[in-house]
Amino acid sequence: MKRLISLAVLILAISLGLGLWSQNLQKSQGATGDNTLNFANWGDYIDPALITKFEKETGYHINLETFDSNEAMFTKIQQGGTSYDLTVPSEYMIEKMKKANLLVPLDHKRLTGLKNYGSQFMNKSFDPGNKYSVPYFWGTLGIIYNDKFVKAGEIQHWDDLWNPRYKNSIMLIDSARDILGFSLVSLGKSMNTTDAPTLQAAKGKLDELAPNVKAVVADEIKMYMAENEAPLAVDWSGEAADMLANNKHLHYVVPSEGSNLWFDNLVIPKTAKHYKAIYAFLNFMSQPKNAAQNAEYVGYATPNAKAKALLPKAVRDDRQFYPDNQTMAHLQTYADLSPKTVGLYNDLFLEFKMYRK
Amino acid sequence: MKKSTNAAYYIPYGFWLIFFVIAPVVLIIYQSFFDINGHFTLSNYQTYFSSGTYILMTVNSVWYAFVITFFTLLVSYPTAYFLHYTKHKQLWLLLIILPTWINLLLKAYAFIGIFSQDGGINSFLGLFGIPAQQILFTDFSFIFVAAYIEIPFMILPIFNSVEELNEGLVNASRDLGASSWQTFRQVIVPMTMSGVKAGVQAVFIPSLSLFMITRLIGGNRVITLGTAIEEHFLTTMNWGMGSTIGVVLIVAMFIIMFLTGERNHHRKEARHEN
Repeated sequence: MKRLISLAVLILAISLGLGLWSQNLQKSQGATGDNTLNFANWGDYIDPALITKFEKETGYHINLETFDSNEAMFTKIQQGGTSYDLTVPSEYMIEKMKKANLLVPLDHKRLTGLKNYGSQFMNKSFDPGNKYSVPYFWGTLGIIYNDKFVKAGEIQHWDDLWNPRYKNSIMLIDSARDILGFSLVSLGKSMNTTDAPTLQAAKGKLDELAPNVKAVVADEIKMYMAENEAPLAVDWSGEAADMLANNKHLHYVVPSEGSNLWFDNLVIPKTAKHYKAIYAFLNFMSQPKNAAQNAEYVGYATPNAKAKALLPKAVRDDRQFYPDNQTMAHLQTYADLSPKTVGLYNDLFLEFKMYRK
Repeated sequence: MKKSTNAAYYIPYGFWLIFFVIAPVVLIIYQSFFDINGHFTLSNYQTYFSSGTYILMTVNSVWYAFVITFFTLLVSYPTAYFLHYTKHKQLWLLLIILPTWINLLLKAYAFIGIFSQDGGINSFLGLFGIPAQQILFTDFSFIFVAAYIEIPFMILPIFNSVEELNEGLVNASRDLGASSWQTFRQVIVPMTMSGVKAGVQAVFIPSLSLFMITRLIGGNRVITLGTAIEEHFLTTMNWGMGSTIGVVLIVAMFIIMFLTGERNHHRKEARHEN
């Protein structure tokens, strides 16, 4: 018994010692106190070199945490227990966070780079007057094809996916809104449809697509497409940029009849504490040089007009990732739907996944 | 003195049970009575049992779990049996356990490499001029990978029960004129049944709620209850519905435990005493 107690005391003492030591270590690296910036971002969504540069230039330390879905990030902030200073929700989530009173309004007087952003990415319906958010990246939903199996020009529209020639050939991204969304567009409906019979019709049309669907997967699509596993895929533009970089045979098409246009914007959640660091970072990221460097690393399209001008001509004029104005005019942004409708989208998507060809 | 120290030893286990076993289960059951707006309701259960989707999904899950368990058992029983008679038992056992030290996701990704269009199997088939086959995203690949992952958990309990088998009984059965098949059926199988049951429990229950492999290897062409739970907690944030499915799984688990439980054992012992 005595030995047991002394063993337990020993373990506790060691843990305590390690704890104190690691705290000291963090202090010596300047990770505590007021010069930290707690940044919650999507995985691999900022050039690490920029973090180093920011830390060197301003003396603030960035504490980067990653999340993999808007909903997970929302739950974390709402439940408390986090102390994020900045995060990057998508447009519908900004609306949702605003409704839940989770956002702190921006002080426009402290922002020096707002004028660098293209006017078509400012003052959007999800955040009028950019009261809460600064654009970070934007992108689209589209079709990736492999020119080894599919001839250029064969795939231009969503309806082309239903061609019986592409039996067992398509990989879909595992996202209810996006997949039901393109089915809705192909029916000429809005991607923000809330009416149950229309959604049912879109699901019915998806069921007809089932024989052509090879798999419904997530991030793995990138790897599969780069390895010629499937001729076609439906995914987001940034993921497509990654695939194209790894396989010369791949191309990305945004159907001109319409698709999703999404935004990821920087916002200050109500858990924020380090305002000096926040504004220093927002201004740092709005500098054209830094935004351009970030865009080249991440591969999504930058909303920073001056940064876009700094990108290589081949990137800037790439219609795949910066679609022409006519296509842009047909793109739709997701609105924040009621939990009930979100549930309906997901239930229908689940039924589609269970549908056997 | 001695008695009180003995009681003190139970305290950590008691706390463990309360905080990590009972409390989570109670929370899941509690959560399952709330709808998405936070109102107390039974509607989650009503939705579950009146919707064809969830019923079909349950049937799917049980069926796949059954098939996975069946193939796992088919491979594991002979393996465990012959393992008992090999020379370097401990070494072989170690080799069987070794894969469980590797993370599940890594193993799944390795299988993607083996099964893909340019992967190991198709390159091998290519040597004989056979065109590339679609292996990934089929029922075959899903069941194969799931069974591969579960096999060590089936072999271990069966191996232990074979080890405990009294060699004398097997010899006696042979001496008394039973054929090898009769010995196997009448003596060896009944006496290793406890290992088989433990193995079935260890494999069937996790197989019911597999969800990573359904997406990575099955390409979501195989949908189990695990997929639905993940979706309700992460995407629709309908925790009530997710918990309801969780409760159904817990109930299913109890049914399996009951079916494969020890009650037959007691009856048999009683008979021996007569």
